[in-house]
Amino acid sequence: MGPLARFFSVIGANTIDRVWRLGFAGRFFLAMLAQSAETFRRPRLLLRELFASGVLSLIIILVSGLFVGLVLGLQGYDTLQRYGSSEALGILVALSLVRELGPVVAGLLFASRGGSSITAEIGLMKATEQLTAMDMMAVNPLARIIAPRFWGGVLSMPLLAALFTAAGIFGGWLIGVVFIGVDEGAFWAQMQANVNFRDDVLNGLVKSAVFGVAISLIAVFEGFDSVPTAEGVSRAITRTVVTSALAILALDFVLTSFMFRGL
Amino acid sequence: MNRKVMDLWVGVFVAIGFAAILFLALKVSNFSASGLASTYEITARFDNIGGLKVRGPVKSAGVVVGRVADIRFDPQTYEANVVLKLDSQYQFPRDTFASILTSGLLGEQYIGLDAGGDEQMIPAGGRITKTQSAIVLEKLISQFLFNKASEGKKHATE
Repeated sequence: MGPLARFFSVIGANTIDRVWRLGFAGRFFLAMLAQSAETFRRPRLLLRELFASGVLSLIIILVSGLFVGLVLGLQGYDTLQRYGSSEALGILVALSLVRELGPVVAGLLFASRGGSSITAEIGLMKATEQLTAMDMMAVNPLARIIAPRFWGGVLSMPLLAALFTAAGIFGGWLIGVVFIGVDEGAFWAQMQANVNFRDDVLNGLVKSAVFGVAISLIAVFEGFDSVPTAEGVSRAITRTVVTSALAILALDFVLTSFMFRGL
Repeated sequence: MNRKVMDLWVGVFVAIGFAAILFLALKVSNFSASGLASTYEITARFDNIGGLKVRGPVKSAGVVVGRVADIRFDPQTYEANVVLKLDSQYQFPRDTFASILTSGLLGEQYIGLDAGGDEQMIPAGGRITKTQSAIVLEKLISQFLFNKASEGKKHATE
């Protein structure tokens, strides 16, 4: 085989591998959805996952949201006061958080805090053959292990994004109104007049829900598909964080171009 | 971790999550204002709408009574056709005057309605006939300059 033929066969093999993996992820997703009924019949399973991915991510989400809001307040004020419109600080902070920063940054944080731990847990279960053992006991690991973790992530994500946004707006208020002294009435009134519930808040929540599905699916799939060794699990965790981050940013662009066209 | 503690924490998480959404809906955005319960539409034609935007406010006596629903250019009359969505608890007389105003010097533009004295009200789908266009700053300045120039000429001929 000549070097040219070898070059093309490397491309071919890579393409086939990627497409096969995508197809496998698709079948995995469908099989998991089919097995999801048990998750909602036994809320105990879901509760544990809501705790693991929701409650345990609370601190990092709230603290990061607060700091993002504080920085937005400082930087926004610095620019706006040059044009003598520092009262518009409320709009700037609220719109950027509600539309973009809330869902995206909360999603990135959730991928690295919640998604990675889901992948690690499932990968380790696979490496120690717990998933195989479940299969032997006629317990479907998709229903017992995978689906609850997926739904826990999907349900937590919009709530975490809303909390991030609220914490950020509080941070912006703290810097703008309390420390710098922007008029409090103007801050809230301008914000309310320019932030639309359906176009801004609801679209932000839809975004975060879509990110939640993407992150949770990537996390459980990478865990389930990991090579059952110490190195394989660590690679799967890395892939979860990297793929989730890319997926969030790419999906954000697609969703934004549909939602905020001409606004 | 024991069941009760976990229940408590998940409960707290879900509760503050929904509280945050409620905060975004009520305090941050105009949830109550955007959800006008029942509305009716009327149209108005303007020669020039300036910087008026869809979803801009319609005010009467400074109170928001509706929103701009749609702005179209009419190729027959070369005018802008603006559709206003008004709260149905407010009715306006037929000779109501609609003008495009600016809030503050650089603020957003809105439509101001000055009620007339007609007995009959504008029905749903009706049209406001008396309108005043937006003030375009360039036109105003050039008018002012022309006036000054012609004044100067008058002085010169006298």
